[in-house]
Amino acid sequence: MSNWITIAPAVTSAFLASLVEVVEAFTIVLAVASVRGWRPAIAGSLAGLALLALIVLAFGPAIDRIPIGLLQFSVGVLLLLFGMRWLRKAVLRAAGIIALHDEDAAYRAETVHLRDEMRQRQTRADWLAGLTAFKAVVVEGLEVAFIVIAVGAGRGLLLPASLGALAACVLVLSFGVLIHRPLARVPENTLKFAVGVMLSGFGVFWTGEGLGVPWPGEDLAVLAFIAAFLALGLGLVAVLRSRPAELVR
Amino acid sequence: MNALGEALREFFGLFVEDGSLALAIVGLVAAATILAAVATPPVVVGLLLFGGCLAVLVENVLRARRNAAGPPLSR
Repeated sequence: MSNWITIAPAVTSAFLASLVEVVEAFTIVLAVASVRGWRPAIAGSLAGLALLALIVLAFGPAIDRIPIGLLQFSVGVLLLLFGMRWLRKAVLRAAGIIALHDEDAAYRAETVHLRDEMRQRQTRADWLAGLTAFKAVVVEGLEVAFIVIAVGAGRGLLLPASLGALAACVLVLSFGVLIHRPLARVPENTLKFAVGVMLSGFGVFWTGEGLGVPWPGEDLAVLAFIAAFLALGLGLVAVLRSRPAELVR
Repeated sequence: MNALGEALREFFGLFVEDGSLALAIVGLVAAATILAAVATPPVVVGLLLFGGCLAVLVENVLRARRNAAGPPLSR
């Protein structure tokens, strides 16, 4: 049964996670455009999108043939790996243990890297620039595709999750076209924290469903798991911020 | 093909960045799967899975904090 309890977290997760990924891809494509012009940046991006479409068309129909229990279990485990990785990183970043991701710094680093590469291989400059945009779109796009499938496939919510991801793409590209700069003000760590919390909650739920666990409250259990991961994440940040390393040791 | 290979490697890196976290999650899921297979009450399997995930996260984050007090973290 799909209702707002499952649809809302699935769409929100897909939207927020896609926002993070599209911002990262946009930063690299923008760096390519600033170094070598829009032609290789757009060509590489379109080639990346074409490959993503091929991958989705090739593997998408196979999802319907996987038994639902196996699908829920597999997706659940992947969500746990993915979501808890994001949550761990977001907690460590929020506590100041590792540096925050900086889109401006990423943009500068990519620009410098591209210029160095092109100085060394002048004749292949356009090719390298296009390849860089291609790779960024494929990597971040695969992440988006995975997230949409992971949060949508277990309950037949692929369409709403896809719409959430599409909304994120439209939002980022609209802002990007308007300001022509890396979207450095996007609160990337807060988004990753929120997505990590939601994906971890979905991960526990789907893995358990795949193992035949009858969660109390059925779909409502997802919200309880999300709340628990949120409370734990916030608690960990508070503890790490308040206690020096030697006390935690 | 190199770019595609690199993209695929980065994609798999999405799930496994900190090896010990990935290993702990896989171990936890394996334990829950074995318990489910030997007819353990589902509520026990569910509690192990849920509580185990929270415990794994706490342990991993606190260990990362301890390591940060020593040599700088690479990630």
